[in-house]
Amino acid sequence: MSKTETDNAEQDLGAAGSQLSTAPAEPPVAPGLGVAGWARWFWRQLTSMRVALLLLLLLSLGAIPGSLIPQSGADINKVAEFQKAHKTLSPVYDKLGLFHVYSSVWFSAIYILLFVSLVGCIIPRAWQFVGQLRGRPPGAPKRLDRLPAYTTWRTTAEPEQVREAALKLLKKRHFRAHLAGDAVAAEKGYVREFGNLVFHIALIVLLIAFASGQMYKSDGTKLVVEGDGFANSILQYDDFKSGSMFSTDDLVPFSFDLKNFKASYQTSGPSKGTPVTFTADIAYSEGAYGKPKRTTIKVNEPLHIDDAKVYLVSHGYAPVITVRDSKGKVVYHDAVPLLPLDANITSQGVVKVMDGYQSAQGVSEQLGIQLFFLPTYAGGSSVLSSFPALDNPVLNLAPYHGDLGVNSGIPQSVYQLDKTHMKEFKDSAGKQFRDNLKPGQTMQLPNGAGSVTFEKDVKEWAGFEIVQEPGSGWALGGALSAIFGLAASLFIQRRRVWVRAVPGPDGVTVVEMAGLGRSESAKVPEELGDLAGILYDQASGTPDPADDPADDSSPSPDPEVVPAEGAEKR
Amino acid sequence: MTSAAATTLAATNEHLASMSNTLVYSSMAVYTLAFFAYIFEWLLGSRSRVARTANALTSKADAKKAPSVTVKKAGGTAVLERPQVVVRSAAGSRDVPDGPGAHGGDEQGDLYGRIAISLTVLAFLVELAGVITRAASVQRAPWGNMYEFNITFSTVAVAVYLTLLALKKNVRWLGLFLITTVLLDLGLAVTVLYTASEPLVPALHSYWLYIHVSTAIFCGAVFYVGAVATILYLFKDAYESKLENGGKPGNFATSVLERLPASASLDKFAYRVNAAVFPLWTFTIIAGAIWAGSAWGRYWNWDPKETWSFITWVAYACYLHARATAGWKGRKAAYLAMIAFGCWLFNYYGVNIFVTGKHSYAGV
Ligand code: HEM
Repeated sequence: MSKTETDNAEQDLGAAGSQLSTAPAEPPVAPGLGVAGWARWFWRQLTSMRVALLLLLLLSLGAIPGSLIPQSGADINKVAEFQKAHKTLSPVYDKLGLFHVYSSVWFSAIYILLFVSLVGCIIPRAWQFVGQLRGRPPGAPKRLDRLPAYTTWRTTAEPEQVREAALKLLKKRHFRAHLAGDAVAAEKGYVREFGNLVFHIALIVLLIAFASGQMYKSDGTKLVVEGDGFANSILQYDDFKSGSMFSTDDLVPFSFDLKNFKASYQTSGPSKGTPVTFTADIAYSEGAYGKPKRTTIKVNEPLHIDDAKVYLVSHGYAPVITVRDSKGKVVYHDAVPLLPLDANITSQGVVKVMDGYQSAQGVSEQLGIQLFFLPTYAGGSSVLSSFPALDNPVLNLAPYHGDLGVNSGIPQSVYQLDKTHMKEFKDSAGKQFRDNLKPGQTMQLPNGAGSVTFEKDVKEWAGFEIVQEPGSGWALGGALSAIFGLAASLFIQRRRVWVRAVPGPDGVTVVEMAGLGRSESAKVPEELGDLAGILYDQASGTPDPADDPADDSSPSPDPEVVPAEGAEKR
Repeated sequence: MTSAAATTLAATNEHLASMSNTLVYSSMAVYTLAFFAYIFEWLLGSRSRVARTANALTSKADAKKAPSVTVKKAGGTAVLERPQVVVRSAAGSRDVPDGPGAHGGDEQGDLYGRIAISLTVLAFLVELAGVITRAASVQRAPWGNMYEFNITFSTVAVAVYLTLLALKKNVRWLGLFLITTVLLDLGLAVTVLYTASEPLVPALHSYWLYIHVSTAIFCGAVFYVGAVATILYLFKDAYESKLENGGKPGNFATSVLERLPASASLDKFAYRVNAAVFPLWTFTIIAGAIWAGSAWGRYWNWDPKETWSFITWVAYACYLHARATAGWKGRKAAYLAMIAFGCWLFNYYGVNIFVTGKHSYAGV
C-alpha cells in the first residue's frame, strides 16, 4: 500500500473511526499566546499520553536507587554502616535524599506529577465517555471497503429488509445499533473503556489510601512476659512511631494478657534449630470494659481489633529471679526479659534492684546483676546456646552493688548496666564473683550479702507490634478494582460494525458489511464473518453479473486475501 | 512424635529428595535429546528455499479489491458460497506472510520437529514428577529456595509452551529457543543453586505465599515467552526493513528468519502474551503485599524485592501504555518490553544474589 493511499484510507474513515477510545489527542507542539496560552499548553502536555509514559518511566527509574542503597526507613544501622564506609559519597547521597528515596522531594515530585496528570487525564475522559454513552455510534463511512474487515454480497432482498434484519441481529448480539441513512451503525464493548477508567481511578484511590495511611498510621512495639498484659495506651509502649496527622485519641481501646507462648523448632537435619511454629495464647478484651476472649496469635496471623492489628514479631526468655538481702528479706522477685543475641537464643539482660536492699553492714544500696542465659548449654567451655529450646538451661550471673545511676535523669536501657558507680562482688580469691545456675538453684552472695535464686519456672516473653494503618481497606479495594478494570480493559475489544444495503446500478441490492476495532485483533474479522453468515442466510445471495468483464467491482478470481492484524498468516 | 517415627519420616523424605534429583537429571537428559531434535528440524528445514518475505515485499502487486460472492457452477445450478471477509492490515504495516516454521516445509524436518515436541512432552512430565517429589520430600510447596524456584519455573515455562501448542497456536518456532534456556536454567539449578531440602521458617507459612509465589512463577514463565517473541520480533523486523530498503541480509539470517512468523505476527503475539498476564502480575504484587501485611505488619515496606516487583510492574505498564499511544508501536515498544523483562530477571536473580532484604531468607 503506498503512502498516499494509506493517508486516504485514514481520511476515508472520518468520524467513523473517531471516539473508539477516549485517549487524549496529541497536544499541540507550540504554545498559544500569553500566559493563558502557555498554561493551557503546559496542561495539555502534562496530561498527554507521552508525558504520562515519561513520568511512568521516571517513576520506575527513580525507584531503583532505593533498592540498592540502604534506606533509613528500613534499616537505620545499615545506613550508618554505609555512611562510615563511604565518607565522600555519603554527604552527596544525603543531599539527594538517597537514604530515604521514597519520601524524598524528587521522588514525591514524580508521583505527584503523575497523579496530577492522571486526574487531568481521567476527568475529560470520563466526560467524553459519558457523552459517547449518551450519543449513538457514528454513521457508516463512505467507503466501507477501506475498513480493516469487509465483506459484501448481492441479494434479492429489499434494502430495507436487509437493514431491518441487520438491526435486529446486532441488537440481539448486544450491540448498540441504530439506522443512520442507508446503513446500520453498531458498536459494542464499552466495558473496555469503562474498565480502563475504573483502573485509572482505582490507581488514584490506591494512592490516596496509601498517603493517608502514612499520615494517620501508628506503629508501636511491646514486650510482654507470660502472665503479663498490655493495654493500648501510648504510655505502655516500649517504642512508638506515628504519622504526622495521628492523635493519641485514634488508638483503638483494647487490652490483652499473654497466657502462654509456645515455640517449636526443627529437631534434626541440616536446619536443626530453625523455628517451625510460634504461637501466643492470649486473652483480650475490646473497649475499656470488654469481656475477655481467648485466641492465639501466630506469625502470619495477627489479631484484628477494629483498625488495629497485633502482630507477633519476636520472642525470648524471661527467667524468674528472686533476690534476698542479708536478712533473708525478699527485695526482688520478677521475671526478667532477656534480649536474644543469636538464633539459638543465647540471651543477656540485667536485674536492677532499686530499693529495699540492705547490705550485711546495714547500708542501703542498689544491686545490679548481669545475666547471661543459654537455653541449651552444650557443656564444657561453650559460651553460646546450641539450641533455641529450653533443653538444658543455664544462667550466668555477675552481681554488682552500689548506685545504678537511674536517678541521673538520663533514660537507661533495661538491658544494660551502667557500672560507673557500681562495684563488683569479690570472691574469696579476690576475683570478680560470678556463678552459673540451673533452674531452682540459689547463689549466695559473698560475705552474707544475700542470695539470688534462679526460679525453676523459666518464662517466655513475646514481642508484639501493634499497627494501626487506616485506609488499608481502601487500598485493598482500590487494588482489586484496579485488577478488574485492567482485565476488562485488556481483554475486551471495543468495535464497530456497519451494514449498508443499497440498490445496485442494476437494481439488485448490494449488501456491504465492515468492522473496525480499537485495537488489533483477529476477533473483529471473525465476528464480522459470523454476523455476515447469519445475515446472508436471511438475505441470501444472488450471483454477480460475473460475465460482465467491464464491471471492475467484481474481479473474479479471489484476490489475495490479506489476513487481519492478529490473524495468523500462512 | 516418637524419635523412631521421626527417623523413618526423615528417611522417607531423604528417599523422596534423592528420587526428585534423579528425576530432574533425567528430565535434563530428555530435554537435551529434544534440543538435538529441534536442531535437526532447523538444519533440515534450511534445505528448502523459502523467500516469502522478500517476495511479498518486492512484488508491488497490491491490487486487493473486495471479493464478491464467488459463484461455483455445480451441475448447472449456481451454488453460492458464503461471503468472504476481506481483511487489511492497519495502515503503514507491511503485508508479509508468516514463515512456514522451523522445518521450512521440509518433510523430514517436520518429522524431527514432531519428535522434538514429543520429547519435550516427555521431559516435561519427568521434570514435573521431579518437582512434585521434591515438594513431597520437603512437605511444602516447591519454592523455598532458588533451586526449587528454578526447577518449578522451567517446568511452568514448558507447560505454557505446550499449552499454547495444544490450543493450536502457531508457536512451534518457540521450541528451540525455549528448550535451550530451559537447559541453561536447569544446569544452573543443579550446579550452582542446589540446596538440600529443608522446611520453611514460620514467616513463610502462609497461603498467601502459595498464591503469591505460584502466580509469580507463572507470570515469569509467560513474560519469558513474551520476551523470546519480542527478541525474535526485533530480528525479524530488522530483516524485513532491510529487505524493504533493498538491502541483502546474510544467508544465515535469511534462512532462519524466513521461517519465522512475520514481524507483525511476532509483535502481536508478544503483546498479547504480555497483556494477558499483566493483570495477573498486578494481582501477584497485591497478594505479596497482603502477605507482607500479615507477616511483617506493613503491606508495603519498599523491600528490594517489592521495589523491583513494582519497577517491573511499572515497566510493563509503560509498555502497554506505549502500545496504546500512536507513535510508540513497533520497535520502541519492543525495547520497553525488553527492559521490563530485564527488570523481572533482575528481580528474580539479581535481587536474591546481590541485594539483601527481608526476602533473602528464601535462601540463594
Ligand atoms: C499511574 C500511572 C499509570 C499506570 C500504571 C497506567 C497504566 C495503564 C495501563 C496498564 C494501560 C493499558 C490498558 C489498555 O491497554 O487498555 C493504560 C491505558 C491507558 N492509560 Fe494509563 N496508566 C497510568 C497513568 C495514565 C495517565 C497519567 C494517563 C493520561 C495521560 C493515562 C491514560 C491512559 C489511556 C488513555 C489509556 C487507554 C488507551 C486506550 O484506549 O487503549 N494513564 N494505562
